[in-house]
Formats: sequence, structure tokens, C-alpha cells
Amino acid sequence: MITQGTFAQLPELDDSEIESQLRYAVGQGWAISIELTDDPHPRNLFWDLWGLPMFDLVDPAAALGEVRACREAFPRQYIKVNAFDARKGRETIALSFLVQRPPGDEPGFQLERQHGPGRTNRYTLKAYSSQQPHGDRYQ
Amino acid sequence: MTATNSDHGGFTMPRPGSPAEPVRARDSSTPGRVDESPPPDTAPLEADATVDLASLGAELGISRTLDELDVQLVGLEAVKQRLREIGALLLVDRLRDRFGLHAPRPNLHMCFAGPPGTGKTTVATKMAEILHSLGYLPSDHLVTVGREDLVGQYVGHTGPKTKEVVKRAMGGVLFIDEAYALHRPDNERDYGQEAIEILLQAMEEHRDRLVVILAGYRDRMDGFFALNPGLRSRIAHHLDFPEFAVDELVEIGHRMLAEQSYELEPAAEAVFSDYVARRRAQPHFANARSIRNAIDRSRLRQAARLVEGGGMVDRDSLRIITSADLLASRVFDEPTRPDDAPSPLPN
Repeated sequence: MITQGTFAQLPELDDSEIESQLRYAVGQGWAISIELTDDPHPRNLFWDLWGLPMFDLVDPAAALGEVRACREAFPRQYIKVNAFDARKGRETIALSFLVQRPPGDEPGFQLERQHGPGRTNRYTLKAYSSQQPHGDRYQ
Repeated sequence: MTATNSDHGGFTMPRPGSPAEPVRARDSSTPGRVDESPPPDTAPLEADATVDLASLGAELGISRTLDELDVQLVGLEAVKQRLREIGALLLVDRLRDRFGLHAPRPNLHMCFAGPPGTGKTTVATKMAEILHSLGYLPSDHLVTVGREDLVGQYVGHTGPKTKEVVKRAMGGVLFIDEAYALHRPDNERDYGQEAIEILLQAMEEHRDRLVVILAGYRDRMDGFFALNPGLRSRIAHHLDFPEFAVDELVEIGHRMLAEQSYELEPAAEAVFSDYVARRRAQPHFANARSIRNAIDRSRLRQAARLVEGGGMVDRDSLRIITSADLLASRVFDEPTRPDDAPSPLPN
């Protein structure tokens, strides 16, 4: 099971817990955005945006509604919620966590070793699922 | 979440010390601007229990908000009455809920119709507070928008724009000023209709988290509703904001002055009433807003008088507005019109 983000070490959040986290983020004045991908590699930085980032929210229900809409449209993708802190001096993602993973097996990663000069070894992680083309993964 | 457990196959890491069943983190209450912790008085009640409505209302702060409204707003009796009724209904619904009686959520979308400066925005702000204190809305914020905030400029622009406004307003009150501007009957390809449709959908879907208030002139609102019957039927409360009478306007003026720590000299009282009556008869009179502007102008004249006069000033002379400050107004140059009827609407 692939985990990442702020709550990677916790059991998965249910919707009411997600709403609590969103309420906290909204209360901090952070902008909420939703992103999705089917490439599970931890260094994959190119997630697709779902809609536009939501600024100036007051009620977390608005963001949770977008999470639900995104799940409905992409039931077989990883979906995460980002909260962006736009304050001067910070200007970074303040909170980021997964809110959906594809159903069924996540086949995990293959570890590839490359022998370098001398006795060095280079390691590469390759997701089994990404051997399928984009869109055909996690069927 | 689709796969919540780690008991399926595939690549899973056993977590050291983690129990077999995932343990939910405690429902920690995170801080936030929106207070959703239910008030302490939501416990179910026995069938034969009795509750003191007045003390419950006081506890929730509803009576305080309504009393504030009474004190702060001059006139507008019909509006205050309707607010009182809505407050009472929500209070009774809460109680019914505790007795296990089915209490469907009332539809509270509203239309405020009246000439400019009659307190529509002020009442909307109060409305957000009342609905929040009664637990109908999770927050007491008010988002004020006009046509340009909702309607886009090209195909595909309107939908996201309107949806973003709805999301921002969620949890509170969405106040749409001059709502009839959304609909341009002369241009059938206008994007306003799209905004109206999205609003209608939001009013249905998010009934539990959003109250929409449409505001504008009475006659143009009527025309707007006639062309959008779906909108009319989704709005339960049509509130009329009448023009203020002269004595009400004078009272409003006194309160504005007191708010800004000014005072009329006794001789200026009659002049001020006369001013209000004359100004009210003129075209483009915007009720309380015009009074505010008149006061601002008299403050200018007072300041100019003090500076030009030179000499010593004391605290009182900085506070007092004299009849000369008022009489300098252009309004006194024109002959009064025979009828004291309110001015025709602008536009």
C-alpha cells in the first residue's frame, strides 16, 4: 500500500477525518487544491489538477464536495489534497495527503540494480503498474 | 476511500507495532474558523419533558441578535417581523428535533426588494449572524457579489466563475446585489442565464450550507422573476424594504452623527429635518446612503469653517455641527417641490 504526504504513517482517513483536516486548512487561510495521477512513483511530481485551486474558502464542505466529485470521475487513480500556504515567507504546500487510492491490488515496485564503476550499485524503483500505458493502469 | 485495509495482496509494508485492525485516530477537534461543535443543548428529550423557549432563545443568542437589530435599525417593521418569525421557526425546529419530531430543513433563500439605501446589505449581514447563532449555517460570513463576479466574458468562463463564488460562500450567505443584471433579455446568447442555472443548482444541492439572498429594486426584481419562474419558486421569502419616512431618516442621521462622535447644535435640529425633507424630494435620493453623504459634506464644511476661523478651538467646537454647516448645502437653493413624494427611481 503506497503512502505519502502528511499522514503517511497513519491509518487512512475517512471522510469525516478528511473534513476535519480540511477545516483546519481552511481555518489557516490555506488554498485547497486537488490532484490526481495513476503513476505511483514517490518522485512523480506531475500530478494532474482537478479543477482550479480553491482560494478564500470558509466552509470545508466545498472542498470535500470537490474531492467526492473527483473520486466519482476518476475512481481508479490516486487522489491527493494539497493545502497551499500563500503567506509571504512561506509560500509552499503546508499540508498534503492522499484521499483515494486505486481499488484492489497495488502491485508495488521493482527494485533495479545497476552496477557502476568499481563496486558501486545504483538503485532504481520502477512501479509495476506504470508498465501499462497511462489510463490502462489499475483496471 | 476504496481500499482501507492492508489485508489485500500486493506490496504492503507491515508497520512495526501496528495492530491488525487499523485504529482510527481519536476524533481530535482541530481548530478552525468555522465552529461546528454542536451546542450543548442538542440532547434528545423525553416525550413528557418541557423546555423554556425564552431561556433557550437567550442561551443561543438569538434574542440578543434580534434585539440588536431592533435597536440598530430604524423602521423596517415588516422586515424585523419576518426575521423574528424565521428565528422563532428555527428555534422551534431545533426543539422539535430534540423531541424526535420530524423537522425538515426550511428553505431560507430570500429576496430583498427595495430602493437603494434602505438597509438591504445591513439586514443580510444580520441575517447571516442570526442563522449562524441558530445553527442553521456553520459560519456567519457574507459574500457580496454582483453580475461581474458571476458571469464570464467568453464561452466556458461563466461556469467555473460562478462555482468558485458558490464555494467561497458555502457555509454562509451569498448576497447577490442587483440580481436582475444576471438576466439580459435583449441578448439571448448572454452568459447570465448559465450563471442563473448554476445558482439554481447550488441552491438545491447545498441547501444545508448556503443561503442565497437576491437584492435589487422591486419592479426590476419582479420582471426578473417573471422571466425566471424556477428562481421565484425556490425563494421562500420575499422581503420588501420600503422608502424611509422623513422622521426615520432624521433618526438615522442622528445615529450616524453619534457614531462618528458629532452632534447637531440645538438650532440645527430643525434645519436638519428641513434638509432631509428637501433632499428626499429630489431625484436620485438613496435614503440612508444620501444621509450619510450629507453628513460627510457637513463635516467638510465644519472643518473648513474651523480652520478658516482660526483662533482657539475646544473639544465641543470640534464635535458640534452648526446650522450654518447644513444651510450651505445646495439643497436649500432650490425651491421645494409641492409634493413630498419620494423621488422616482434612477435609471
